[in-house]
Amino acid sequence: MNDTKQLSTKQQSVLEPQVSVKDLSVFYGEMQALYDIILDIPTKRVTALIGPSGCGKSTFLRCLNRMNDIIEGAHVTGEILIDGEDIYHPNADVVALRRKVGMVFQKSNPFPKSIFDNIAYGPRIHGQKNQGILSETVERSLQRAGLWNEVKDRLQKSALELSGGQQQRLCIARALAVDPKVLLMDEPASALDPRSTAHIEDLIDKLRKDFTIVIVTHNMQQAARVSSRTAFFYEGRLIEVGRTKELFTNPSIKQTEDYITGRFG
Amino acid sequence: MKRDYAEIFFNSLARLVTYSITAVIAYIIFDIVRNGIGVISWEFLSGFPSNGGAKGGILPAIVGTVYLSLGAIIVALPLGVASAIYLTEYGKQGKFNEMIRLAIVTLAGVPSIVFGLFGLGLFVLFFDFGSSILAGSLTLALMILPTIIVTSEEALRAVPRSYREGSLALGATQWTTIRTNVLPYALPGMLTGSILGIGRAAGETAPILLTVAAFFLPRLPDSVFDQVMALPYHLYILATQHPEIELVRPMQYGTALVLLVIVLAFNLGAIVLRSRFQRKIKSQH
Repeated sequence: MNDTKQLSTKQQSVLEPQVSVKDLSVFYGEMQALYDIILDIPTKRVTALIGPSGCGKSTFLRCLNRMNDIIEGAHVTGEILIDGEDIYHPNADVVALRRKVGMVFQKSNPFPKSIFDNIAYGPRIHGQKNQGILSETVERSLQRAGLWNEVKDRLQKSALELSGGQQQRLCIARALAVDPKVLLMDEPASALDPRSTAHIEDLIDKLRKDFTIVIVTHNMQQAARVSSRTAFFYEGRLIEVGRTKELFTNPSIKQTEDYITGRFG
Repeated sequence: MKRDYAEIFFNSLARLVTYSITAVIAYIIFDIVRNGIGVISWEFLSGFPSNGGAKGGILPAIVGTVYLSLGAIIVALPLGVASAIYLTEYGKQGKFNEMIRLAIVTLAGVPSIVFGLFGLGLFVLFFDFGSSILAGSLTLALMILPTIIVTSEEALRAVPRSYREGSLALGATQWTTIRTNVLPYALPGMLTGSILGIGRAAGETAPILLTVAAFFLPRLPDSVFDQVMALPYHLYILATQHPEIELVRPMQYGTALVLLVIVLAFNLGAIVLRSRFQRKIKSQH
């Protein structure tokens, strides 16, 4: 295991990382899900996490906004620095962290509220009551998520009436409405048809100018298309990380090569 | 072919059993309505009893039952919902939580006369509320609490996990999440619990027998420390304790009919409320 660790450390050289993960291990009760992960995530780039089911990539993602906290028996050791602050420090503010690190889930989860109220949910729980500001935020967020033109005439309609692809973009807009710096995406397009998937990928391409994006995906073409860096996880360990182009064309570790060439997974 | 016969047999059996149960209930209701409807008059509904209940009306018993049921639900609903929130949202899964659940289930199975005796000991004597609406309502509240907790828990569990995660991921605290993105969607289900609770509270005799119910009290209560008459207890008196049981039979049927209608009215009210909430959630909210 030491080989891998050194190798991934060596490949780490990332200028001004927004997220810096050091020796992260995660346990669910007795079971260890992640082993000593060391990974830097560059600012305003797209980092893709790939690997077979159960390899720990989603667990890793959910550490970055401490969503694992709500899973009973989950236990985390190591350090995650975001903008230099240790998010697992006992005094860390989870609410502030989750404002800064937004999340889009695998299955789109619009709340059974109007489109407007879905987007305004975040700003409202953080105390924004001014209707004018809320309206502006809703419009700006929907614009950014590329959904504004499709829904501007029916903001008061239920979000559940939108199509699957629209719902996922609504969830992205909802996450953007609280002005995050980092956006975590857990297989955001895995439940969508090819057209909606293309839509989401275009959107990621636009968003990377303003946000640090970490995306978990099962789809290797997708990782190759949208990300500039890719990290390959296997059985709870980070096997290899590097520039996406290099990792896909010239992987330095056998396991990575086997996975991306489809020999297992 | 053999399996088909079995299929037909069990299908018919299930059908027969369902129809029989429905028929029995229909007959009970039919019998009460047929024999009770003749007694129902404005005087019966709004008058005070006289001659030990052989004549006059049953207004004090109607008022008593409504007060007791409402009192019970006012106490039990907040307590039950709060317990359910604790058990589903905050409490860690483990031995302690399991013990609480076991206690609740056991509580649901305790005979109502035991609740009556407990209420007598705790509220009437120890807290010295005397035989009163307060003591009776609290006793009924304890009795319906398990039902409300269990149905409220189910309602909370039925709210998808993704609503909670979505809200938490936006930086909401757990309480904000529960208040704005869980409770509103659990409310209709919780109302079902209170429907069942009120129905039971209105119909029980044993818990109020020792804590509030007056044998014969032809006036309305002034405060929560007053005794009241109640429909189920009045019915019990007329049917078993009255010197001329045959003579007051029509009064018994009339009382039973009124009790039935009140319970149905409570239920109907809650059902309407629930479907209105559901519609609100589905369409606009």
